[in-house]
Amino acid sequence: MAKIIIPTPLRKFTENESTYQTKNGATVKEAILELTDTYAGLSKHLLDTNQNIRSFIRIYVGEADINSLEKEATPVKSDTVISIIPAIAGGIA
Amino acid sequence: MHNNGISLSPEEMARYSRHIAIPEFNIEGQKKLKAAKVLVIGSGGLGSPVLLYLAAAGIGHIGIVDFDVVDDSNLQRQVLFTVDDVGKSKAETAKKRLLALNPYINITVHNTAFTKDNALDIIKDYDVVADGTDNFPTRYLVNDACVLAGKVNVYASIFRFEGQVSVFNYPGENGERGPNYRDLFPEPPPPGLVPNCAEGGVIGVLPGIIGSLQASEVIKVVSGVGEPLSGRLFLFDASSFTTRTLQVIKNPETKITELINYEQFCGIVPAENLEAVKEISVQDFKALQDSGADFQLIDVREAYEYEISNLNGELIPLNRIAEAGNKIAKDKQVIIHCRTGKRSADAIRELQQLYQFENLYNLTGGINAFAKEIDTSLPVY
Repeated sequence: MAKIIIPTPLRKFTENESTYQTKNGATVKEAILELTDTYAGLSKHLLDTNQNIRSFIRIYVGEADINSLEKEATPVKSDTVISIIPAIAGGIA
Repeated sequence: MHNNGISLSPEEMARYSRHIAIPEFNIEGQKKLKAAKVLVIGSGGLGSPVLLYLAAAGIGHIGIVDFDVVDDSNLQRQVLFTVDDVGKSKAETAKKRLLALNPYINITVHNTAFTKDNALDIIKDYDVVADGTDNFPTRYLVNDACVLAGKVNVYASIFRFEGQVSVFNYPGENGERGPNYRDLFPEPPPPGLVPNCAEGGVIGVLPGIIGSLQASEVIKVVSGVGEPLSGRLFLFDASSFTTRTLQVIKNPETKITELINYEQFCGIVPAENLEAVKEISVQDFKALQDSGADFQLIDVREAYEYEISNLNGELIPLNRIAEAGNKIAKDKQVIIHCRTGKRSADAIRELQQLYQFENLYNLTGGINAFAKEIDTSLPVY
């Protein structure tokens, strides 16, 4: 169980929901997979063809980049907040 | 920043008295601002507040890079400009406005696009860069140029209700540089995976908020007062009024040794290399409508754009077009349009590749061209 915060550019794939509460999943990877199973359109934006998190997306647990923790295997608990941070170009984009 | 030989006139002392009154900032902080040379790349949504506040604060030398001209659609957020400025050079107009605000500073205008060929030559004369650009290729170019030239890159970016701020390539106490943009995002998203400008949009006040934070970070970096946002990424969501400050870590695999082709790096195919699609002008399209001929009209914009204006086409947004092959006729002329003709051309290429269509035509210039040349009661947006 964890709360995933959906960034604005991806909300059109989550029926405009800004957060998603996972039901299962003990790791970041499992939580993300549950999210992409729920909202199929998100998958290609978050995962590559090998189901790995894409390099232009950063995933955080709390304030920490998961690359400074246990990467995709970082454990999540019921009070964990996962942030998906995409690159945004800015200005008019 | 050094302030050797810098002095403040009585007029400047009076002007900056609220800075000078801050104990840790003081007259020394103000002299550092006067001695500083800051390059602001982009004088649009973010650049407007950045430039206004840096000029007001007394940054001694400000450079502005912008090749664009002021457009009506800029005025919703680009507070440097007025109705009278529409059609004029942004950089030149900005200079005039900023010198009217503060005549005690110097401004250099670079009325040009920021490219790999001029980037290092432009930034070499500045201490700090503020990135207020609006596209991925230029973001990576600004970052790499700052890393190669050893300049601090004060970064900000906005999208709809969300903003990001960070300070990249900041020298720490041991001289080692802090994380840069490539440590955060080693690669850009491929084109099409993030919304383009027509699908995007931004709430007008957001660049005011985020650009002001960016200006604040520039002033901190230049004056040495406070703790710059290095190694951290600040996020603001205006819609829910939530803020987060996340860690940015260095990536040992980040290697920047030279400037590269950033369009290619970002997967942008030059227009001349794109497969040509069949086109129909808005005049011929109108004649076709009037003739009563049987054809299908597909609109690949987003639903909210359809509400702004439409030509009674069938709405199939571009990101759903690949799965909509069975909704598109093969036995009659099919005309596909969007706002300006770019997305619809992409849709045609995708459909032709997936389903071997031969009857698809792109409405040249999109609904905006139709609104300008055929039905002026429709809005241009």
